[in-house]
Amino acid sequence: MIAEFGLAALWLAAALAALQLIAGAVTLRSGQGGSGEVLGTLVRPAAIVQGVLAAAAFVALLVLFLRTDLSVKLVADNSHVAKPWIFKLAGAWGNHEGSMLLWVTVMSFAGGLIALLERRLPERTMIATLAAQAFVGLGFYAFLLFSSNPFERLDPPAPEGLGLNPLLQDIGLAFHPPTLYFGYVGLSVAFSFAVGALLTRQVTPDFARAMRPWVLGAWIFLTLGITAGSYWAYYELGWGGWWFWDPVENASLMPWLAATALLHSASVLAARDALRAWTIMLGVVAFSMSMIGTFLVRSGILTSVHAFAVDPERGTFILALLAIYIGGALTVFALRAGTVAEGQRFSATSREGALVVNNVALSAILAIVLLGTLYPLLTEAFGVQVSVGPPYFNPVAAIFFLPMLLVMAVGPLLRWRRDSLGRVRSEVILAGLVIIAVLAGIAFFSSIALLPLLGIALAAGVALASFMPLRGRSLRRLPLATWGMVIAHLGVAVALFGAACDSAFTQERLLAARPGDTTDVGPWTVTLAAVEPVAGPNWTALEGRLSVRYKGGPVTLMAPQSRNFWTPPQQTNEAALLTRWNGQLYAVIGGEGEGERWQLRLWWKPFVTFIWYGGALIGLGGLLALVGRVATDLKRRHVRAQVAIRREERVA
Amino acid sequence: MSVPLKPKHQRLVLALAALLVLIGAALLAAWALRNQASYFYVPSEMVESPPAPGQAVRLGGMVETGSLETQADGVTIRFVVGDGEARVPVRFSGIVPDLFVEGSGVVAEGRLDASGTFVADNLLAKHDENYVPRELEHMNEAQKRAVVEETTQ
Repeated sequence: MIAEFGLAALWLAAALAALQLIAGAVTLRSGQGGSGEVLGTLVRPAAIVQGVLAAAAFVALLVLFLRTDLSVKLVADNSHVAKPWIFKLAGAWGNHEGSMLLWVTVMSFAGGLIALLERRLPERTMIATLAAQAFVGLGFYAFLLFSSNPFERLDPPAPEGLGLNPLLQDIGLAFHPPTLYFGYVGLSVAFSFAVGALLTRQVTPDFARAMRPWVLGAWIFLTLGITAGSYWAYYELGWGGWWFWDPVENASLMPWLAATALLHSASVLAARDALRAWTIMLGVVAFSMSMIGTFLVRSGILTSVHAFAVDPERGTFILALLAIYIGGALTVFALRAGTVAEGQRFSATSREGALVVNNVALSAILAIVLLGTLYPLLTEAFGVQVSVGPPYFNPVAAIFFLPMLLVMAVGPLLRWRRDSLGRVRSEVILAGLVIIAVLAGIAFFSSIALLPLLGIALAAGVALASFMPLRGRSLRRLPLATWGMVIAHLGVAVALFGAACDSAFTQERLLAARPGDTTDVGPWTVTLAAVEPVAGPNWTALEGRLSVRYKGGPVTLMAPQSRNFWTPPQQTNEAALLTRWNGQLYAVIGGEGEGERWQLRLWWKPFVTFIWYGGALIGLGGLLALVGRVATDLKRRHVRAQVAIRREERVA
Repeated sequence: MSVPLKPKHQRLVLALAALLVLIGAALLAAWALRNQASYFYVPSEMVESPPAPGQAVRLGGMVETGSLETQADGVTIRFVVGDGEARVPVRFSGIVPDLFVEGSGVVAEGRLDASGTFVADNLLAKHDENYVPRELEHMNEAQKRAVVEETTQ
């Protein structure tokens, strides 16, 4: 019953999306005051009800998974009666169909929210925006209903279910994909706003203000999703690395890069009414990157732990959607961009100028990551198999990333419109001195590679510079959004410091140890005390008991495991991590070698945790900015309402 | 810099500058990709036209039965990867991935050393019964075809 209810809700939602699109299109065609006005009033309610229906469909799927209703094919394929309830729930989106339903749900829910709340823009622009949103949504509804129906029945029902990939049975991973999806979908809203503004030629600061919370929200989710995903890869894969330039990681990084650029250019448009066409273009690019990301992950064109759907038909479907959306948006852009009037001017040395540099550098990095990700697919079409990894991405991206950091340090100190470097001379010199001092200090005391060296020095300079906008301002009266910027920029410096330290100072030890053997790694002394079998709900494992000491201090225990799951049968290495303020000790245990010796791999990773602290700070900065912006918007709306009331009273 | 540009001109200058940087980035990327992409070899290709020693490449094939041996340090293994035509000796130090056994497929990331041994930094083996390294899917088919040809001749 529940499955049928979910499917019906999904069909109804799709029908409403069609209504929303048609009503919107007719209204836009008929022009002002035409016969379409009546239809136009349908658009907002349609969007709201569509959001509710899609949410109902998703809730139905959650209930099916919670109850482990094995007469539903998706549940039988991806769940198991013996699984803990939280993983049963996560199983709802830990598969292709469920995750696409989640995508559609979040997107139509967001559409409903805009329809309900957004009143700043001209009504025609709103109708165009919601129609664009419905257009994007319809493609996904078609995808779900015709090729990935999550509510398909199984006859006869399965006896116990096939389980979920044990590598995915992890609390972090349970919430990782939805986080990224919220990000992707937020960018779809930004895309709809951009298309709506372009269609009705209303590329105004108000448009940027309406779009900005969605971009900010998407950006926060992407930031947190990438940060969490990177930590997951770090502790779950047991390889000691935290970023592999894996195509699936790139699929989440590319929308983030575009969203970061969009966020900054939308700020320029909102504050200064400049960079109009550029902001629209970035809105289109950001969503394109989300779609490309979805395509890469969902099409099965890549083999990876992330790729659930190895199904060429679905890949083709997503590719077709991608082509329609992006091709359509770019066509509209090409036709209309010329009619978007030039915004306000600014001189090269100004906050706008710095933000343009930031935007161009981010776009360049985006291009580099995109080319590196697609290159193996291109060459494979010609029968040559290659893989592209850190030796390509690190240096080539750094060429644009490092100069961008310098501009990021100075930009926030500059004034809008026109400024001179002379005015901020002392700040620039101070940051420059810090960078040079750190550079010289590290180069003198140790010999590390060039990129990490530059990274640490720039991190110090940027960290200092990130606080400089606070100078001479009353901290209590500083807008929340400015605090957000300060903290996010500081987060970039912190993450960079962690990444550079990890690649410069990591020490590794690989050995085959008998119980009782002792070894050193960095400042740690590690003893393998014993290896014992342990058992969990759906796995058994061999657990190494390590007693470790930091510089002769007290003994701490660590227990890395080599786990065997039985549904489906699979082996994983569970790394053990010991965190100190200044780094992490990372231990992995492998198989038993000859003569009762166990393979141990140990890393001492100084300051590696700063990578994720930095990511969290960036996300926190975004959150503060979002809260600050929304609060300001609400206050402004309240004031406007008060003024309107007073005017009415005066008239009466 | 302080000379105010006409609106049209500023827009043009901005667009051109952005375009130039992006084209520069693309050219740089294309150049770096040619140099840094690591190519995939099967043993017969690696024997026929070996990559330059030290260049990062990947080698895929079947771990030959009876070739796997653990060195005295307990963490270094040596084995031979073959594709039915040629054989390449491989050395690897590290924790051997799950389901890495003789007779199964493997993709090794690493480089050829001067003596003709492939030094692997990383081994990718089957993760579970559903996951096979992408390159090996192809290779198995090619192998199957080869086997079929051999037996039908």
